[in-house]
This record gives sequence, structure tokens and C-alpha cells, in this order.
Amino acid sequence: MNLIAEIVISFLLVVAGTFGFLGSFGLIKFNDTMRRLHAPTKATTLGVGGILIASMLYFAIFLEDVSLHELLITAFLFITAPITANFVAKAHMHRDVKERELPQPEGECGWAGYDEVGDEAQPIDTK
Amino acid sequence: MLNRILNRIFPHPQLTFFLLFIWLLLVNTVTVGNVVLGLVLGLAIPAITQPFWPNRPKVRRPLKAAAYILLVLWDICVANWTVAKIILFKSNANTHSRWITVPLDVTSPEAITILAGTITMTPGTLTAMLSADARHLLVHCLDVDDPDAVRDEIKSRYERRLMEIFE
Repeated sequence: MNLIAEIVISFLLVVAGTFGFLGSFGLIKFNDTMRRLHAPTKATTLGVGGILIASMLYFAIFLEDVSLHELLITAFLFITAPITANFVAKAHMHRDVKERELPQPEGECGWAGYDEVGDEAQPIDTK
Repeated sequence: MLNRILNRIFPHPQLTFFLLFIWLLLVNTVTVGNVVLGLVLGLAIPAITQPFWPNRPKVRRPLKAAAYILLVLWDICVANWTVAKIILFKSNANTHSRWITVPLDVTSPEAITILAGTITMTPGTLTAMLSADARHLLVHCLDVDDPDAVRDEIKSRYERRLMEIFE
């Protein structure tokens, strides 16, 4: 039983380490900012996720102490990763991407970061 | 009258229970003291932040929402695999990155936020911007040969489900 648990936990750790490494390697390998963003947002989630599952299993099986902190970390990570990526992408676009390099949306309004609309055209009701 | 008083105390009952749940997860032990403390937080935080919640998101089908979360978790694993393969086996010159626009049918801000997050977490796509009229998303694809197929998959796989959940 213990042997099986050890094997499963080590497997998870190795998978996590591999994906974590690949995510970081992608940062170096790709050659423009938008592509670079793909590597850490994805590869790292599984990397960190694997370590967290391994940690939960280890504490549950060997120390008989159920810890749910890992679930919280996973949830927070999955919520924050896309938002961070979105902000990095926006900052990059403001600095280095011209509006004409992007495909234009249909309709009168352009992309939010480049276009200005009056209050009367604000589509999302925040009142 | 009673309704009003209840509304004052529990401006957002789901948030109250959610905060209590998160608090218990954070302290990692369930004792009476922690439940009381969690309840105090769960009552105080919604009351203080009430002005920031002008209209509450309504989840119409909680079961479908749970199914959606599982689907996204699975897709995150697939995404890792896809991106790892591209990182390892494709040269930069051979990786065809491009922008695509995704026209939106969902209108609620919560659904759009979740859709944008989902796109970022799933295979080879990354949300970069929303159009000023909130009808289109600008998505960056890492490696794509058929942009229309990617757009259709986003719409049929994620957006349709989100519409069922929120609208």
C-alpha cells in the first residue's frame, strides 16, 4: 500500500516538475511576447497542480492529516492566472502593438484598449 | 417587513456561505470558534461591499456549472500537453501564431469574464482584449492552421454552455 502511494506521489511530482520546466523553457524559446505568454499560463498550472495533489496525498496517507489548503491554492491559481495573462497582454499591446496589426471586430466599436466610446454607448449596465 | 430586515442582515446569502466555507478551508479545522468567526466575516464582508454588487450574477443551473468546471479542468490538462508539445517539437518559424476575433452571444459580464478566463486556460489560445461594445473578444492563438475552426470550437464548447448557465 505504502509503496503504491509512494509511486503515485513520485509520479505526480515528476510530471509537475516536467511541466513546470517546460513552461519556463517556453519563456526562453518563443520569440515574441504574446507567444511567450502561452507557456507559463498553461504549462505552469499543471506543474503547480501536480505538486499540490502530491502534497495532499502525502499528508493524507503518511501523516494522516487531511489538508485542504491545496484545493484553495489551486482555485486561486486558476482564477488569477488568466487575469495576470490578460493584463500582461494588454500592457504589451499598449506598448508594442498597433491597432492596424489586429483584426477589427465587426460593428462600429474597435477594441476596448484602443477605442473610446461615450457614456451613452457603454453596453454593460453598471447602475 | 421581515423580508426587509432579512435582506439587511443577509444582503447576499450565497456570498455569506461562500466566505464561511473559504474561511474554514483557510484555517483547516472546523471548531465552533472558527465557524462563528467565519460567520462574522461572512456577515460583515457582504454588508460592507454591498455597494460594489449592484446586480448579482445569477447562476441558473448549478449542476451545469459543476459540469462546466470539470470540462475546463480536463481541457486544462489537454492544454498543457498541447502547449508542451509545441514548445518541445516545433521550431519558432514553424509555429503559426495569429489573432482571431470571437463574436460573443453572451451578454452578462460574469459570463464574458469566465469565458475569457476559460479561453486563456485552454489549448493554445489566450484572451487579449474585449471590444469596446463588449460584442467581440480578441484571442491570440499559439499555433493554428484553421482560425475558423478554433472560433467555432470556442463558441460551441464553452460559450453555449455558459449561456445555459447564466442566461
